[in-house]
Amino acid sequence: MTFWSIDAWWWPFLFILIGGWLATDAWRFLGVYLGGRISEDSDLMVFVRALATALVAAVIANLIVFPNGALADVPLALRVGAAAAGFAAYLFGGKYILAGIGVAEAVLLCGIWMLG
Amino acid sequence: MTDEAIPSSDSTDYLHWYLKGVRGAFSVPALILASAFIGFAGLAKEAGLTLVQTVFMTAVIWALPAKVVLVGAIIAGNSLPAAAFAVALSSVRLAPMVVALVPELRAEKTRSWVLYFLSHFVAVTSWVLAMDRLRHVPRQARTAYYGGLGGTLVLINMIVVAVVFLLAETLPPTASAALFLLTPMYFLTSLWGSARERAGHVAMVFGLVLGPVFHVYLPGFDLLAAGLIGGGGAYLIHRFRRKGASA
Repeated sequence: MTFWSIDAWWWPFLFILIGGWLATDAWRFLGVYLGGRISEDSDLMVFVRALATALVAAVIANLIVFPNGALADVPLALRVGAAAAGFAAYLFGGKYILAGIGVAEAVLLCGIWMLG
Repeated sequence: MTDEAIPSSDSTDYLHWYLKGVRGAFSVPALILASAFIGFAGLAKEAGLTLVQTVFMTAVIWALPAKVVLVGAIIAGNSLPAAAFAVALSSVRLAPMVVALVPELRAEKTRSWVLYFLSHFVAVTSWVLAMDRLRHVPRQARTAYYGGLGGTLVLINMIVVAVVFLLAETLPPTASAALFLLTPMYFLTSLWGSARERAGHVAMVFGLVLGPVFHVYLPGFDLLAAGLIGGGGAYLIHRFRRKGASA
């Protein structure tokens, strides 16, 4: 029952609806239902947020360390270096997201150009 | 907008705030989000999804991390239950975000279906914008404002995804590589910025390290393991530190 296992036009859409829509909007609807009943500062919420954050961080790291497409042709050290430089620029440059993205892209492009 | 018999003076007011919300969707955070969607569209195309499937995914899931996880599961050839579970786990954060937004959004007479409908637009960018700006919107008009803001953000990025699908073939590899770096960089920075407490930052560092490690040693369960162990570890440190501080 993978994305590719049923050869019908509707299957990918059903896959996206169940694997994507249901799996996200269920949480949003639960949020509306609970709306204000759970304290944002409760211990359960700290755990839930930490779990969610670590999971998304793992997704991010895998996108950089094991990328798809054209980024895969760039050496690992350059990918990690560009991301680290961008993140450092964000952290120490006043927490501007654009600065972080800009520095990372600049380092990546300079590196690609230098490797020729 | 025309489904209720609202006095005409009120309805113009709602439209006014709806349009203000629409205009709020054209801002710097929204531009960054659109650039991340360019990267996502490239990722989806690389994974073998079609234009219609990816635009559909943008409309019905909306939250970018969830979409990236789903495409990751599709690339890895995960089964539907495993994919749904990973997406659900990556989207737990939506519930507390909505919990925080609802009191801001709700007026006395707001019907609950309106809130359920609007909650679909909740994702990092629209949430940050809403928490920042709803304070300056009259309470009665907040749902209209958020409908304009959230709905327009979704629509813009559905168009962005479609355009990238049509153009990406012609991109040189260097531009394509730069594109693929946009999504992780956007998440890396915005995730750090949105962390509420120190445990969030600790969890993020754990996740960044454990993700690639488990990708090698626990293929198929890498995200789950990184989330549970990284997040659990960060939570325990949080508990331990607080106990230490109060003792």
